[in-house]
Amino acid sequence: MLSSIRTLWYTFLHLFHRSETVQYPEEMPYLAPRYRGRIILSRDPDGEERCVSCYLCAVACPVDCISLQKTEEDGRWYPEWFRINFSRCIFCGFCEEACPTYAIQLTPDFEMSEYERHNLIYEKEDLLISGTGKYPDYSFYRVAGLAIPGKDKGDAERERPPVDRHGLLP
Amino acid sequence: MNPIVFGLLNIVGILLALVIGAALLTWIERRLLGFWQDRRGPNRVGPFGSLQVVADMIKILFKQDWIPPFADPVVFVLAPAVVMVTTLMAFAVVPVTASIGIAGDMNIGVLFFLAMTSLSAYSVVLAGWASNNKYSLLGGMRAAAQMVSYEVFMGLALLGVVMLSGSFSLAAIVRAQSGLWFVVPQFLGFVVFVIAGIAETHRLPFDLPEGENELGAGFHTEYSSMKFGMFFVGEYIGIVLISAMIAVLFFGGWQGPLLPPIVWFALKTGVFVGFFILLRAALPRPRYDQLMAYGWKLMLPLSLLNVALTGAVMLTHW
Amino acid sequence: MNITFYLAATIAVLATVMVITRANGVHALLYLVVSLLAIALVFYSLGAPFAAALEVIVYAGAIMVLFVFVVMMLNLGEIAAVREAQWMAPRIWIGPSILSLILTAQLAYMLVSNEIGNTGRAVVDARAVGLALYGPYLLCVELASMLLLAALVGAYRLAETGRSGVIKGGH
Repeated sequence: MLSSIRTLWYTFLHLFHRSETVQYPEEMPYLAPRYRGRIILSRDPDGEERCVSCYLCAVACPVDCISLQKTEEDGRWYPEWFRINFSRCIFCGFCEEACPTYAIQLTPDFEMSEYERHNLIYEKEDLLISGTGKYPDYSFYRVAGLAIPGKDKGDAERERPPVDRHGLLP
Repeated sequence: MNPIVFGLLNIVGILLALVIGAALLTWIERRLLGFWQDRRGPNRVGPFGSLQVVADMIKILFKQDWIPPFADPVVFVLAPAVVMVTTLMAFAVVPVTASIGIAGDMNIGVLFFLAMTSLSAYSVVLAGWASNNKYSLLGGMRAAAQMVSYEVFMGLALLGVVMLSGSFSLAAIVRAQSGLWFVVPQFLGFVVFVIAGIAETHRLPFDLPEGENELGAGFHTEYSSMKFGMFFVGEYIGIVLISAMIAVLFFGGWQGPLLPPIVWFALKTGVFVGFFILLRAALPRPRYDQLMAYGWKLMLPLSLLNVALTGAVMLTHW
Repeated sequence: MNITFYLAATIAVLATVMVITRANGVHALLYLVVSLLAIALVFYSLGAPFAAALEVIVYAGAIMVLFVFVVMMLNLGEIAAVREAQWMAPRIWIGPSILSLILTAQLAYMLVSNEIGNTGRAVVDARAVGLALYGPYLLCVELASMLLLAALVGAYRLAETGRSGVIKGGH
């Protein structure tokens, strides 16, 4: 009984506390840079697509909302199309963790409501941004050993020249 | 003024004030609950959100008015009307001021109030039965047991006040408090009456007939649209009724210095309405057997003790 | 005052007829509540406001709620309603209704022929009821309270549960 009265009094005192509410549309809440919101596809510093169509994001996705098709051009791999169904997406961030090239990233943006559900299916042109996202200096092809036009084997950063298998020296 | 016209004005005025006040209470309650939970509550529609009531009304009126095919249609429709009618009827005996009030001088005012609150138990019980739904029935049965038992303590708690003032008329009770409010000599009665009042209006923390988390809204699970709205408004009118009765019986009704009587009445009633909302904000719901044990093992002896003590003091001092 | 009385009395009679002809238990109880309310109004119009209030509080407000409660618990449903409807055959109700018709005729005759209808119309308030109960009828009140106490103790004994939660009484 006494504890109930004490509870009543403490609750009453909350009348004079500051409200915790954020008046959302006028006053935006702070979202951390690593907030898991709308998914984007980023580009490397040279302006080329980072995605190499390895399908790891599609495999990692627990709700199977990512689908893509690989295509190849001059030794570089690209997604021919890349589709994320945001009406299924649960924003878990597993795709970002699975991505070996930092291509797929989650951003601090959640305002993506639509009146029609099929508008929530984002195509590659909706997903691809022109910037590098959270990793400004990373470029997969510059560190990978794969040969592409303008960069032969052994030319990548911190990569030794390829071993000449016909030579006798170790 | 012509007494008949004055009487009609009284009736219409009190009815309008009650229904509008009860509707506004939905907004006041949500705002106050918000403040007590460090939120803001509805503040978008109109100044400070006060037009939220209008928005809610429009919404609730345009919902589908649905009578389930398995329900008992007549009783199903009757139940929400009973709560509105009985609680509004009970206001007939509440003396707002010395001159305003429909039948404040009625010689069985207190009994009439008790009769109407006991009849209001039917609405919940019948709603639970007519819905023909397990959870509603459980809610209705809880309501029946809870309201019937707490009526007993409510009536017994009032006996002390009646003994002190020597009248069942509420206006006479208010006049008897011109020297000292009855809350001082009748503190036990006051406490029992407040707790029984909460149980009578089945408000939190005693909202076991509804019990959202175990019964899924209980007796009004099957109700929609304005039929649900009537339960809702009826509950708020019940709160206003109990608050007004507390003010009249224990806090001297309209009497007070400086301000006009009607302001005092509204002020005292408002404080207790706020208290009801504070209860909702602060206290958890007890278990059902706890509620009943609490009633019969604590409230009943307390109220009987109150009656006996009051009688003993009156016999020795007068 | 007369109009109120006759209106209330008519409603009481009609509601009571409905009580005994309903097949559904809860509907019958609801009509009984209406009947009790009408009788309370009759009391009020005859100058007994205290009795009227008690009628509503005790009978309509408490006892009938418990009746409804019990009927709800039994949950009779459609089958019981059908069976009740079958029981309403003329050969069942014709006997009692003839007997009650005779009683009604007697009552009507007495009302018309005698001045029993003159009730005096003195208001009997709570004080008068209290003085009567604790004055000339003290013995009756005490006897009734003893009876109620016995009933209370009996009910407690019947519903008493042991440590194991099994009901002891009522073998």
